[in-house]
Amino acid sequence: MADCGEPDGPDNKDNITRSKNEGKELTKEEKQRLRKQKKQQKKQKERKDEKGPSETEKEKTPVSLLPPRPVATQKAPSALPAPASAPIPVPASAPFHSSPTPSPADKPAKSKAELKAERRARQETDRASKQPGSSSSSIKTKAPLSELNPVVKRLPEHVQVDDPAVVKRLAKKLERQQIPLRSDYGYKVSLFSHLHQYSRKAPLTQQLSIPSTVIHPSIVRLGLQYSQGIVAGSNARSVALLHAFKQVIRDYTTPPNEELSRDLVNKLKPYISFLNQCRPLSASMGNAIKYIKKEISNIPSQCKEEEAKTKLLQCIDRYIEEKIVLAAKAISKYAIEKISDGDIILVYGCSSLVNHILCEAFEKSRKFRVIVVDSRPRLEGREALRRLVQRGISCTYVLISALSYILPEVSKVFLGAHALLANGYVMSRVGTSQIALVARTFNVPVLVCCETYKFCERVQTDSFVSNELDDPDDLMVTRKGKTQLENWQDVSSLGLLNLVYDVTPPDFVDLVITDLGMIPCTSVPVVLRVKNLDQ
Amino acid sequence: MELQAVLMAAGGGSRMMDLTYNTPKPLLPVGNKPLIWYPLNLLERVGFEEVIVITTKEVQKMISTDPKVKLDVKMKLDLVCIQEDADMGTADALRHIQQKVKTDILVLSCDLITDAALHEVVDLFRAHNATLSMLMSKAHEFTETVPGQKGKKKNGEQRDFVGVDGTGKRLLFMANEADLDEGLVIRKSIMRKHPRMHIKTGLVDAHLYCLKKSVVHFLADNKSISSIRGELVPYLVRKQFSKSTNSPKVNDETHQNLKKIDSNVNLEIQISSRDEELLHLTQERSCWNDHRGDMSEAYHGGRLRCYVHIMDEGICYRVNTLAAYIEANRLAPKLFDEPAVHPSAVVSERCLIGADSIIGASCQISDKTSIKRSTIGVSTTVREKVKVTNSIIMHGVTIEEGCNIQGSVICSNAVIGRGADIKYCLVGSAQRIEPDAERTNEVIVGTDQLMEI
Repeated sequence: MADCGEPDGPDNKDNITRSKNEGKELTKEEKQRLRKQKKQQKKQKERKDEKGPSETEKEKTPVSLLPPRPVATQKAPSALPAPASAPIPVPASAPFHSSPTPSPADKPAKSKAELKAERRARQETDRASKQPGSSSSSIKTKAPLSELNPVVKRLPEHVQVDDPAVVKRLAKKLERQQIPLRSDYGYKVSLFSHLHQYSRKAPLTQQLSIPSTVIHPSIVRLGLQYSQGIVAGSNARSVALLHAFKQVIRDYTTPPNEELSRDLVNKLKPYISFLNQCRPLSASMGNAIKYIKKEISNIPSQCKEEEAKTKLLQCIDRYIEEKIVLAAKAISKYAIEKISDGDIILVYGCSSLVNHILCEAFEKSRKFRVIVVDSRPRLEGREALRRLVQRGISCTYVLISALSYILPEVSKVFLGAHALLANGYVMSRVGTSQIALVARTFNVPVLVCCETYKFCERVQTDSFVSNELDDPDDLMVTRKGKTQLENWQDVSSLGLLNLVYDVTPPDFVDLVITDLGMIPCTSVPVVLRVKNLDQ
Repeated sequence: MELQAVLMAAGGGSRMMDLTYNTPKPLLPVGNKPLIWYPLNLLERVGFEEVIVITTKEVQKMISTDPKVKLDVKMKLDLVCIQEDADMGTADALRHIQQKVKTDILVLSCDLITDAALHEVVDLFRAHNATLSMLMSKAHEFTETVPGQKGKKKNGEQRDFVGVDGTGKRLLFMANEADLDEGLVIRKSIMRKHPRMHIKTGLVDAHLYCLKKSVVHFLADNKSISSIRGELVPYLVRKQFSKSTNSPKVNDETHQNLKKIDSNVNLEIQISSRDEELLHLTQERSCWNDHRGDMSEAYHGGRLRCYVHIMDEGICYRVNTLAAYIEANRLAPKLFDEPAVHPSAVVSERCLIGADSIIGASCQISDKTSIKRSTIGVSTTVREKVKVTNSIIMHGVTIEEGCNIQGSVICSNAVIGRGADIKYCLVGSAQRIEPDAERTNEVIVGTDQLMEI
């Protein structure tokens, strides 16, 4: 294609602007191509085949796939404050806008504001053409910032529980993998009826045979520990997962006529489904699994089995060492700079990283006090309190309802994160956004500490779309032998909701401390891009 | 493979010698199935495919030859024979099969009849990485009159004191009344770590244990432990709270002490697995603790943990006394849903068979008989006008006309003469009761049995 070798950004923008200026003169061909792109996206989601223009355009789309790559990487360095929620329409329209142009234009570069206006206009046309189409317009786009696939990824099944077709598909998949399906429990609040809700009293192992043959025993043990909450916390779950994978790899033998690189990945798939059934995977676990799968597939076929296995085990050890242990050290080094003597630091719940930072700071003889804020039903703050007090740090303990009363005393807020999303939102334990909000109103700086391996390419702006529902029976309290909510299921108008995560907008977060340094919340996409380029 | 099942079927049934002097305990019929069928069925239902059965040569012979003993289980049974007169305890038996043990084991006794959800016990074992996990049940009072018991039931069974923590899952203390001289002694270290302990006495130990592989290796080194129930379990429960032996202090102690410390060290070392650092890292980063209120980490840093699952409801019986045997016969039919009257039995129309009676295969029930709440064994002949109530009739028995049998246990191949009136008796194997006899509350056994005593 003519613009495969386009070197600089401004020229590219010229093409877009030129084609936009000639908007009315867009050839029918181009319009059809645009429509076709969107139809393809819809088709992926709804599996409806639209004949007609798509047929003729089909052979043209593979060609238009080529330019996206150079286009994107050129866009990266130019720090455009493009809202990442609409990267798909932008790149999707960008290539085909640039491809039909016969020659690179010599137009002078337009000003940024005009470019923005044009982009917005284009987005509006896209939105207009999309509206009569799909009902589930909340396409969760895994923003492919570095690799531009015009293919939109499907909504993950765990946020479509109220769609019977999706549930049936999942059941079939699990049946194929010989993994029992865990059934939902209790009445779900309507706003969250698209999520799974399991009961801790009905573990998945009830439906498995006891000497588990289908699933490796260490994975069964791990799943149990996840579902009972014995291993909780993003870092702990990832480390435990990698430890279990090490056992799996050790006990693995390549069947004859198979290659380790392909067979082992297929062996891991049912295990991951099983763990997902026990407890939805966290972002950090997802990244760890991606890494392992990549490492396994990169094993050369000539490699002998023993060698390959040792190599994999070493990779896992290295991953844990680099991404978790050393990252924690680096983060504490940066964070300790931010802690000054006489500080009163507020922490929420039990974040392993924040606890580590505070213990290190204390060892480096910084003088500070800690206020631990806790919330029901998990009451994880008690564990954080125990760890800090054991080291000798003077702590105060309050429940989250007392937050606005103690915030005037606080000088800084340190929060841990479960994941950092691509649009700068922080996903963390439910209650974190409250803390950040109230701290903002009191003008207290909020610092989020997060390792880079927890950075996720997902995008989310509210806590409803994708969350985790814990066992509703945890909300029941027995005082003096009486449990008021004992028969909550019999009351038809009562629903118990036990959310696990929530998202905090980047406006409330002042700084994110990662192992790469201290960055603002909005630089998360940059880190993701850099990481993907590295790989 | 995750777990290997080991079934202990070499026991003698020392508390019900009247029943077992001719039939070995694993083959006693309960609900017309051999006793050993019940734990095997439990294992099969749960999903085991192989079982190691430790038994005597006699039992093995009977299983393979006797047509009445049908173990229709699909699992692969690996029968290991031990000498009958070697007087091996259950732990000795485990030591005997040490070579076969490749993974953690699930030890069962052949006299366990239960419908417990095994996954509860095994989940405790898996989730907490426990060394021992066992099953217990609330004891039920036996309501049936036991034949041959004179006077009030003496509290011969010595009580077990079981101490559990607040959640009811962690096993803190276990002692039998026989081992306690004056009172219950609880170490301060336990109380410091678990200030709230519930001590229960009315529990039945189901003799179902999940043990780590390292315990079997430990047994191989410590030949002094011979019984799992009596010695190994209390030892493990005690060891949870002993001072950790990371560095064995080799002072000038006696040889005995040195050996003990060595064994302690062995157990600790064998319990620790590979990748200990990763597990430690996980525990460190996880925000979970099994207790609260003190400054120590989860499990108080102990690596040896014992757990127990206490069943509230459901059937759980250990058939090691006559009373338990009778009770089990009442309840056994609930555990399997075969028809009460075997299709091959010849039952005449004019007899009354209660709904809760079981008639075995190839039986012949003649006219005008009444059978209520009873179990009739295989190939038994019951002639006319017989009344059988609340009784257990084993295989090959002949009951002549006009008999009245109430609350009794008639063992295999016995012959009850016509017109006999048997109430609350135990008639031994191959005994003959003369016609028109009237026996109440007696144990009728052969003279050779009397000689043994």
